[in-house]
Amino acid sequence: MKILVCISKVPDTTTKISFVDNDTKFNEDKVQFIVNPYDEWYALVRALEITEKSGGTVTIINVGPADNDQIIRKALAIGANDSVRIDGNSNESFYVASQIAEYAKTQGYDIIMTGKETIDYNGAEVGGMIAELMGVPYVSHASTLDVDGGKATMKRNIEGGYETVEVNGAFVVSCQKGMAEARIPNMRGIMAARTKPLTVVAPVNVAQLTSIKVFTLPPAKAAVKMVSPDNVAELVNLLHTEAKVI
Amino acid sequence: MSVLIYADTINGKVKKSSLEAIHYGSKVASLLGTNAVALVVNSSDNLAELGKYGAAKVLKITNDKLNAFDPQLLTAAIAQAANSAGAKVVVFAHDSTGKSLASRLSARSKAGLVSGATSLPNIDGGSFILRKNVFSGKAYADINILTDEKVISLMPNSFPVVATDASAEVADFSADLSGVTSTLVVKEVNRASASGVAPLPEAELVVSAGRGMKGPENWGMIEDLANVLGATTACSRPVADIGWRPHHEHVGQTGIAIRPNLYIAIGISGAIQHLAGVNQSKVIVVINKDPEAPFFKAADYGIIGDAFEVVPKLTEAFKSLKANSH
Repeated sequence: MKILVCISKVPDTTTKISFVDNDTKFNEDKVQFIVNPYDEWYALVRALEITEKSGGTVTIINVGPADNDQIIRKALAIGANDSVRIDGNSNESFYVASQIAEYAKTQGYDIIMTGKETIDYNGAEVGGMIAELMGVPYVSHASTLDVDGGKATMKRNIEGGYETVEVNGAFVVSCQKGMAEARIPNMRGIMAARTKPLTVVAPVNVAQLTSIKVFTLPPAKAAVKMVSPDNVAELVNLLHTEAKVI
Repeated sequence: MSVLIYADTINGKVKKSSLEAIHYGSKVASLLGTNAVALVVNSSDNLAELGKYGAAKVLKITNDKLNAFDPQLLTAAIAQAANSAGAKVVVFAHDSTGKSLASRLSARSKAGLVSGATSLPNIDGGSFILRKNVFSGKAYADINILTDEKVISLMPNSFPVVATDASAEVADFSADLSGVTSTLVVKEVNRASASGVAPLPEAELVVSAGRGMKGPENWGMIEDLANVLGATTACSRPVADIGWRPHHEHVGQTGIAIRPNLYIAIGISGAIQHLAGVNQSKVIVVINKDPEAPFFKAADYGIIGDAFEVVPKLTEAFKSLKANSH
């Protein structure tokens, strides 16, 4: 079993968001970057659980500049055999997906895993794009993944319930809560991560499909209107006549 | 030229989020001076009715290979329909099906994608700029699609449906799927929320509760409140983790992100991870006995009080509003 886990570098959840260059670029100053939580907690940990049980290898892949090596090492500290960084730089999903698909198509991976989305651009795009570029099935928002020989079974969350799907052959899966429990790297893992292979691969040319014109912060929220617990009718009245939501 | 909208169905009926996408697609079409074409697969509904929401034409595919949701096969079918309709723009709802299809179609056609769009395109001066939420709702990005062909997935509940009495022309479309081999098999589809209540991502009114409820046995009052409002129930992460409520009710960063018109949060402190899933709600009401609960800062209306006293009173107050408005 050969598993490829795609990880993204994102600002920590609690980061105060601001922009530079006339609001066209995210302000990275003093920002703490982490491995995208869904990629780490669910995709990577489940990949490790599968190979610990049934054998095989886990490779981590990231598309980004040399700065990203730091978060690749963080992911390697949790587990995985080796890692690949494709030395390109773009925020665009199609660019990232094309680089990963180009690399993966000669490597014979059985499973390519991603998180359900990144917490910065919230696109939920890369997994489906990789699958289409490679001509394989894509199972999105999976909350379980079990492998039995050449057959994989997944539960996939849909509106108000779930779907159980089976795939025979290589596929791409995006992972969400339920898939695995987050692991904290131990000292041995952190030490081992320093010497695990990190191969840098040159990017291929990819056409740009979109560009970010400007970022905007939402307008400041008006102060909360407090209503007395002894006068809930007032709240109902405000929701009906002022907010007009009921 | 046209704008093609993929209209997803549940048990043959077009979903609410897809009706929104059709209406949205018809607005995009009029901006571009063309028509909206809806694409529906394996439905026995009266599809001419999709004209009400702005579709000039409906393409209807009937194909047994598309009975279960297989994004690989369905994307191939949608690409063929888009080609046949001369579609420059293809619109999906940004839900569990649309997310799988929009990304695949974008890669297949090398067509720029904006996923989770919340605005109509601004097409001044040859650009095609759409707004979406980024950084889990903490900012917006305006994104220009540079390619001639474009793919949009529309955030549910961000573009209200307006119905007219127009009717659409319905035509059969035959997709050739002989060249696509897929190894995916759908074994089971399980939808818990029947009984006429909207599934969470589509719900306009949501009543949500957290650890402040002290135990699953106290959820009766939450359900009573939701029933009076016709709202969908949701919960915070700890409550789903302990097993007080089913996982599909969990809203927040690791659960589902929603944007209802009204979100009532009861006994939820409002951690940043919870806010990330609900901060796009149009109106937020917070009921919490702790005046320091961070959720009050993100709320429009707040009540500091004990849920066990406030919630039943609130249910009664909504009941009398309903009674008086009839």
